[in-house]
Order: sequence, then C-alpha cells, then structure tokens
Amino acid sequence: MWIFRSVFLFSDLLSFCCCFFFLQKSVVDGVLPSFRSVCGEDGVSLSEAIREQHGKDESVHKCCPPDVVVFPRSVDEVSALAKICHMHCLPIIPFGTGTGLEGGVGAMKGGVCFSLRNMDQVLDLHVEDFDVTVEPGVTRKALNSYLRDTGLWFPVDPGADASLCGMAATSASGTNAVRYGTMRENIMNLEVVLADGTIINTAGKGRRPRKTSAGYNLTNLFVGSEGTLGIITKTTLRLYGIPEAVVSAVCSFPSVQAAVDSTVQILQSGVPIARIEFLDDVMIDACNRFSSLSYPVTPTLFLEFHGSERSLEEQVNTSEITQCNGGSDFQWAKDEETRSRLWKARHDAWYAALALRPGCKAYATDVCVPLSMLPQIIVETKEDLIANKLTGPIAGHVGDGNFHCLMVLDPNDPDELQRVHLFTERLARRALAMSGTCTGEHGVGLGKRALLVEEMGAQAIQVMQSLKETLDPKNLMNPGKVLQ
Amino acid sequence: FQVGLLVSVKRFFLFLFEIRVKPDKSGVVTDGVKHSMNPFCEIAVEEAVKLKEKKLIKEVVAVSCGPQQAQETIRTALAMGADRGIHVQVAGKDYENLGPLQVSKIMAALAKKEEAQLVILGKQAIDDDCNQTGQMTAALLDWPQGTFASEVSFEGDKLKVVREIDGGLETITINTPAVVTADLRLNTPRYATLPNIMKAKKKKIAIMKPEDLGVDITSRVEVLRVDEPPQREAGVKVETVQDLVGKLKDSGLV
Repeated sequence: MWIFRSVFLFSDLLSFCCCFFFLQKSVVDGVLPSFRSVCGEDGVSLSEAIREQHGKDESVHKCCPPDVVVFPRSVDEVSALAKICHMHCLPIIPFGTGTGLEGGVGAMKGGVCFSLRNMDQVLDLHVEDFDVTVEPGVTRKALNSYLRDTGLWFPVDPGADASLCGMAATSASGTNAVRYGTMRENIMNLEVVLADGTIINTAGKGRRPRKTSAGYNLTNLFVGSEGTLGIITKTTLRLYGIPEAVVSAVCSFPSVQAAVDSTVQILQSGVPIARIEFLDDVMIDACNRFSSLSYPVTPTLFLEFHGSERSLEEQVNTSEITQCNGGSDFQWAKDEETRSRLWKARHDAWYAALALRPGCKAYATDVCVPLSMLPQIIVETKEDLIANKLTGPIAGHVGDGNFHCLMVLDPNDPDELQRVHLFTERLARRALAMSGTCTGEHGVGLGKRALLVEEMGAQAIQVMQSLKETLDPKNLMNPGKVLQ
Repeated sequence: FQVGLLVSVKRFFLFLFEIRVKPDKSGVVTDGVKHSMNPFCEIAVEEAVKLKEKKLIKEVVAVSCGPQQAQETIRTALAMGADRGIHVQVAGKDYENLGPLQVSKIMAALAKKEEAQLVILGKQAIDDDCNQTGQMTAALLDWPQGTFASEVSFEGDKLKVVREIDGGLETITINTPAVVTADLRLNTPRYATLPNIMKAKKKKIAIMKPEDLGVDITSRVEVLRVDEPPQREAGVKVETVQDLVGKLKDSGLV
C-alpha cells in the first residue's frame, strides 16, 4: 500500500537508522558555515516551516522535510554546494515549484534541499531561431508572459504553473502534447550539475541547433530523471509561433468507444487539432454541478484547433466525423471569452472532482496506452471502479492515449485507502498488459518504483541502475526515487 | 459611423519583475529590465481593434511618447491590429520628467491634428499609477469622458460606457468626440502572432517632436527622492493584555 508503505518506510528508516539520522544531523550542523559562505546567511534555512514547505508537493505522499534548505543564486553556487554535500555524503534533493504529483521532493533520507527559485532569469532568447534558455526559477506562465510581444510561446502545459527545469526533470506533458509534443521533444540542451559538483552541458555549452546527431543523447537521459542523476540549472527550449486563430468545440457521445473512434478519425484526417480532452459521464456530471453547467451526462470530447484563419474554416469536417459516430450537441467558440467558458468545465475538473465529496483528498492515476486500446481500458477501469465502490471520475488527453482517474478518497478511511491502492495497481498492470506505461506524464517518484520494474523488465532496469551508479556512485541525488 | 481613433500606449517594465530603487534614490533601475506595453494600454488597443473589426471605426492610430524604444511598443500595437503609429520623440531627462499633463497636451494636439473622434487610453500606467492622462486629455479638448470603462458600445452617434466605480457599475451615455479609459475587465487582449508581427513591420510609424505639435513639455513637478517601502520587521509577541496595551501606548498608536 503505497501510502502506508511510505509511512512504514519512514518509520522503518527511523527505527533502524535513528543513529544514521542523528549522525547526519550533526554532519549537517557541521557544514552549515560552509553553506552560508557559499550562498550567504539568507541562503540557508533551518526553520521548520521552510523545511516542511520543501518536503512535500501536490501529491498525497506524506511530507518528508529535509534537514536544511539552501537557496543558491547561480550555477557556481549550486556546484559549490554539491561539492560540499558530496564530500560529506549528504543527500541532495533539487526543488523547483513543488507542484509535482508523485512525491518526488520528499527527503526520504533527510539531507539538503536545493531550492532553485532564486535562479529566475530568462537568458538568451532567440526569436528568429525559436529558442530560449531559462533558469530553474522561471515558471511556464512567467516565460509565456515574457514572450508575449514576440509572437512566440512555449506550449507544454501541465496545468500547474511549474518550473520549466522541473518540468524537464519529470518529462512533463499536458493538454497540448498531441500537437506540440512533451518536454522530451522540446528540450534542446540542459546545463546539469552532477552529484560531485561537476557542471556539464548535455549538448555542449550554448549549443542550440534544431537537430543533431552528435554523440550519445545526454539531454534526454536527464529529461525525466526526476533529480536522481543531477540538478538541472538551465534548459534550452524549443518555442513555437502563437497560433493565429484558435477555435474550440465540445461534443457529446453515446459511448466511450464513439468518442475514441472520433478522436482517431480526427487525427487521421489531418485536421490541425491541438487539444483533444475526454471527460467521462461521472466527470461531466461533477463539472455540471461544480460550474453550474448543463452538458449532457455522457462521454464528452473537448477539442481545440490551432491554425490560420483559413485552415480553421475547414473544420466543417470535424462535425461530420463526430456526427458519424453518434456525436451530438456540437458547440463551437472562436473568441477568447466564449472559449474560456467552454473549457471551464475541463479546467475545473480537479476541483469539480474534489467537490463531489467535500473533505476528501484526490489522487490522479496516470496510465497511457496505444490509442486503439483506450476504449477497452477505460471501459474495464470504469467497471472496476463501480465494483469496488470508488469515486474516480475520468479526464484524459485522449489524443495521446493518456487518461487520469481522479480518485477522490477519505484519507482517514484505511479501508478506502487500501481499495484505492489496489485499484491503482490493477489499473497500472492493465495498462502494462496493453503495451502501455504506468505513468504517461507524472513520473515515477516514490509510488511507482515497483511498477517501473514490471514495465521495463529486469535488463532495462539493470542498465538504468548502472547509469545511476556511474553518475551518482554515493546515491546522493534524490535517493529513494525512480529506482529502488 | 466611421471614425478615426487614437489609442495611447506606454512602455514600462513587464509586470512580473521586481522593481529596485537606484542607490542614489533618484529613481528605479531600468537597465537590463525587460520592458513591455502597459497592461491597461494593451486592453485599450484591444478595444480599439475590436471596434475596427466591428466596422464601427475606420482607422486605429497608436501613439507613444518616449525614446527610440517606444517604437517597439507601437509595433506591438500594430501587430495587434492598429493601422499606423505616431512616435512623439522625447528622450533623456525630458523623458524622465514626462508626466500626465505633458502627455495629455500631446494627445490633445494629436487628436485635433488627426481629427480623431475617439481617444482610448489605459486607465493608468503601472509605473506611476497616476490615472490622470485620460481625464486631462478630455479636459484640454473639452470632450466628454468615459473612464474606468468595462464596456463600450455605440448607440447611434453617442457612446454608451459602463464604468466600474466603487459602488458597482455606472452606465453613462456621452457624445462623441470623446475620451475613454480602459479598465481591467473591458476585454482580454490578444497575443501578437508571428504573421501579424511580420505585417506590422510594413505599417507606417510617423515620427515627430512635441515642438512640432506646439506643445511645451517642461515639467512643473520635480522628483526629490524615491524610497523603497520599509522592510517588514518581525512581529513581537506579548504575554498579557496589559503588555499589549502598554506597547500600543508606547508606540503612540493609542
């Protein structure tokens, strides 16, 4: 049971390694003067409130505060601090905005949290080359505000206003992935500080060609490594032109199969779709109640098209496709205000789900399967939810075959916790059995390490383990995450 | 009803960034800070462009007063849909001392020269928060004004403006020509897209000086000092009510 497991893990560690923690605490005390000489008096914090703030994210995992939080202001300070930690064998946990969903920032073995928010510069914007380099303190919304006069934007949109380097570390994705890709496809270069303080540039310092076949792909090794291989201190991102025109549409379907069939056909017809979001009947009902809307309570697709004025006029096809599949109540919107209203249901999905059972918490599952398997997995999952009396409205990036069950649960009900845990394991295994993955965009973090082994197989995990041992032989980089 | 419209745009820091006071306390640090169009001016431009798209306005002219970089802000307005721009050159010390009175004199002169029927501005700029330029422009022209507009529409040849006021919303009808200042909820400004930015490069920006308009921009205001707000200090906990009253009395608050 991952929730209880992380509790037991903590208390196991506590009981077995009480001595270890005590020793580590005194080591930390010993290096505080060195930390302060690197990042200043204000750059080191031992206060309980700050440590707790840096020991948890948006997941349901318990808060695991580090022993100390440091706030470096430059890559040289990060490197100097890492060298000190390396010398004294102190765990290093990088921290961006704390908006992760898999417990990636918990300091399972205590240690030093590197809060990178003071490194917040947008460096090197090249408008003609469609690229920009940013530091970890720059969030996605801040970057897009910065870019507004240039006609460019960074489209990867995971919902939260996350740190871009943090998004790189978790290989984030979002509603726009069907058109613009995920972080993996949009990072050209990274500056990374390794466990021993070495600074590397994964594609060479300052390099930003649009494509390359030079050497091993180190950039994508670090993307998705969740802080276990190094601290990302710069990322060079691919930018796109802001779409000239945006049109949104909503359509209801009699069944999940009909909605997914429409999705496949829309993708095949070459229509410039940018977002296809699926909400199941339970989710739509929750949204209707939360936002006082009146969508029909059946599987629904929310669509968004980006393109030039003329290409969007050719959207006529889409309503024909959806009609062929039994779709109804097709609604269009072109201007900003109406589009926001149309999409409000989807944007408020998380809160609508929580509102179904006030006082409860929510956990989002994150499996991703090939498109053709989507109807089957959603249908089986819904049957599982009903059979086990669980609240789990479904919202998904159906264009990628990725969907989330927003499990609403009472954290004080151990029976429900157990049922949710078993359900999520079954769901993950169902996805694996359909050639999918247990995590499409949230990452492995703390709770999916065992599933990663099942997904990858022993040999691939062995290679990952070897890479980890090569880059971080002392296992200081975010210990206890991704790999067991 | 086809009229020409002047929209005023001002350039300042992108609202995201922290402001720092210069060590000599003469002003704020401007070097190296990312500049952008004042958010309320963006809303004004958006409204002007929307009126043109509804064919209620013949032409949108974007105006900015300032140094060479003011042309960047005008180009953004052109990329959003303005037809042409006017850059009134004011640089150096003159620019540092340029305030609402001087800008409103310039706008009034331009409104007459261009025979504009409508002047739209942002309700205030985020650097000085003066909220004066629109009102002064209207006074200088002796035109009616619809300020803090959250909705603007034409009714025949009059303008109906819904204003955001402390007590709620006030709807007024004013004759044209008129001055309108844009409030936050008037609209959501569009992003300038790449194709429009490219087209904007070909649109004309006329350059002139305040003297060409017969405007004297000497300032009657002198900035003596700029200070940061005082650093927030830690609070003090007291044990008893008597202690609290004592401390309040000591600090002269009671």
